[in-house]
Amino acid sequence: MSEAIATERTAYNFAYLDEQTKRAIRRAILKAIAIPGYQVPFASREMPMPRGWGTGGVQVTAAIIGPDDVLKVIDQGADDTTNAVAIRGFFTRVANVATTTRTVEATIIQTRHRVPETPLNADQILVYQVPIPEPLRFLEPRETETRKLHALADYGTMHVKLYEDIAHFGEIATTYAYPVTVDGRYVMDPSPIPKFDNPKLDDCPALQLFGAGREKRIYAVPPHTRVVSLDFEDHPFAPQRFTEPCALCGATGVFLDEVILDDRGGRMFVCSDTDFCNGRQAAGHRGRLAGNPIESGEGADV
Amino acid sequence: MTVLDVQDIAKSFTLHLRGGLTLPVVAGVSFEVAAGECVALGGPSGAGKSSILKMIYGNYRTDAGRILIDDGAAVIDVASASPREILALRATTLGYVSQFLRVIPRVAALDIVAEPLRARGIDTTEANARASAMLKRLNLPERLWHLPPATFSGGEQQRVNIARGFIADTRLLLLDEPTASLDGANRDAVIGLIRDKRAAGTALVGIFHDDEVRDAVADRTLDVRAFAAA
Amino acid sequence: MCEEPLLIAEGLTKFYGARLGCRDVSFTLHAGEVLAVVGESGSGKSTLLGLLSTELAPSAGHVRYSMRDGSLRDLAELSEPERRLLLRTDWGFVRQSPEAGLRMAVSAGANVGERLMAVGWRHYGNIRGAAADWLGRVEIAADRIDDSPKSFSGGMRQRLQIARNLVTAPRLVFMDEPTGGLDVSVQARLLDLIRSLVADLGLAVVIVTHDLAVARLLSHRIMVMKEGCVIEEGLTDQVLDDPQAAYTQLLVSSVLQS
Repeated sequence: MSEAIATERTAYNFAYLDEQTKRAIRRAILKAIAIPGYQVPFASREMPMPRGWGTGGVQVTAAIIGPDDVLKVIDQGADDTTNAVAIRGFFTRVANVATTTRTVEATIIQTRHRVPETPLNADQILVYQVPIPEPLRFLEPRETETRKLHALADYGTMHVKLYEDIAHFGEIATTYAYPVTVDGRYVMDPSPIPKFDNPKLDDCPALQLFGAGREKRIYAVPPHTRVVSLDFEDHPFAPQRFTEPCALCGATGVFLDEVILDDRGGRMFVCSDTDFCNGRQAAGHRGRLAGNPIESGEGADV
Repeated sequence: MTVLDVQDIAKSFTLHLRGGLTLPVVAGVSFEVAAGECVALGGPSGAGKSSILKMIYGNYRTDAGRILIDDGAAVIDVASASPREILALRATTLGYVSQFLRVIPRVAALDIVAEPLRARGIDTTEANARASAMLKRLNLPERLWHLPPATFSGGEQQRVNIARGFIADTRLLLLDEPTASLDGANRDAVIGLIRDKRAAGTALVGIFHDDEVRDAVADRTLDVRAFAAA
Repeated sequence: MCEEPLLIAEGLTKFYGARLGCRDVSFTLHAGEVLAVVGESGSGKSTLLGLLSTELAPSAGHVRYSMRDGSLRDLAELSEPERRLLLRTDWGFVRQSPEAGLRMAVSAGANVGERLMAVGWRHYGNIRGAAADWLGRVEIAADRIDDSPKSFSGGMRQRLQIARNLVTAPRLVFMDEPTGGLDVSVQARLLDLIRSLVADLGLAVVIVTHDLAVARLLSHRIMVMKEGCVIEEGLTDQVLDDPQAAYTQLLVSSVLQS
């Protein structure tokens, strides 16, 4: 019924993609869920936005979204960046679904670069936009060979990059797209999230789907799957740590962005998850610079 | 006890680059050498003395006949042995001393001399001690021991080679003019080495241009002209 | 003398379409033996190396190998994981071009450590220690461990490639013209290093070379190839000092006397 309304209003099928395409993508998603961490090829479609702007995530979202879903879209943790606003607007138009900026209200969260600070629950699906899905690409440019390496679970050379980091920087300096082993089998690129977010992938109650539009791959981490970051025995995986709390909401143990305040070197560190920061401020938490006339209290644009 | 039993061997060279020209060298060569015996091969240059030694060592192929060497456990026919068997024989039983040292880059004289001992499982300390004693006996100045012999004089290189050839205990030792161009003192040292080997029961076959050396070490002389190929 | 061979080649033949790569090559190789395959370009020696190392599939014939567990296996019947494990543990392959055998984008230490990581080493300190030890054994200064092989000379790169191959203590190493393209003085140093490593570690080696001096210095046995066929084989000094085949005599007579 609401599908008919959407079609009438927009001249598009519900959620833009035709039903056959959605079925094909759903089949790829089901296969990805059945083989956690395995990259399933799919026939990525042209979308009304350039490849590299999240078309993989958009196609996954379009394939799973229903009229009753509530969609949240974040980019670098923020709901109000161009990409996030555009994708949210897209689904409002083609699917007529409700949208939100609040993590707790969302049933589908499409994301680029972050996992929300608020713990996810079993009724939510997190859809990642992925630019380069292949974690072995650094070592092996041939797709035929990387597929063989995955098939044979031949992952020893993944540690070469981590070795190089320690040799050159004294620690594993890879901070984004930090490779993980999923369910003890496939090595996976968790998309360019900070390694700070890697622990959130492990044993997560929500379903996590990854879509790479340009590279035509879909992969998944089913709920409550073991996700382990690669490391060395004597250099164990360690997420980033921040020395000071959020300047606006005072939160600690969250991922912070640096915001330049003026031309004299003034800066502050604020939550990258704007919804989380706003929620804490609304609950009365105050950071060092909250209420400062420079800041509106609406959070930091990045 | 017979260590070496040469039975009716023959050798010729076919020169394919000269239209298949065949050069007969020797034929019908037969002799035996017992433990503790030194047999000299005599005859003019080109009679085939060196070829016989090289056939016994496995360095030249043998066209006909058998070359039986008793290695203590079995009798091996060098003329028909596999490369692996010949290498094993050389590693344990069969030694060869020429007057020319094949220089290996960057390896010190002492290590070149000690190498056959180490290859037989003797530890480096003892091998080096015995190599030092051998080089001292051959009057090689101690300052040269730790240098690679590439820059040594011809006589110095020759003595390194002799030391290497004599250091290990082999049942059969082949000597190809070991004293050529050595001075009197060093020639006497080599005569002493050969006599020691004989006394220890080594069977020796040698080519000695120097009659004095030959008379000093050989039990008998075999005139190779008797084996001239037709 | 009665110990089992390490590798047995039987009737190895390779056709590239109608063109012959090599024909009916058979030999056995024992632990610690060095076999030189000599011949001019196009004689089939590199094809033979490809067949032995499983990089090429034979048109006919078999290669059997005595695995570390003592079983004799037909290499064509190994599963892909077994084949890969063999290639990176019990075997080495030193290529003529170090760029083809090294990862030029990562440091010398990572190049040496890669095989260890591939077989499950997960302790950075141990991996680095083993890499440093091997760099020392191939005469690369310890302070170059974090440098890229791009900053190395040709001789150093080749020594690094050797360390990268030997770090897992292989029993068999294939070498394809390892000294080709190097200056004569650099060649001499590399040859001496290879010679002493091969002797110290008791490696079995199949080395392809067109340089008879390299064959004489390194090998126990020699196989002479021409137009895809083995025309003469035997003890190295015997083949070089008393060559029988016309072609071998030509090869030997073409060498400049030093």
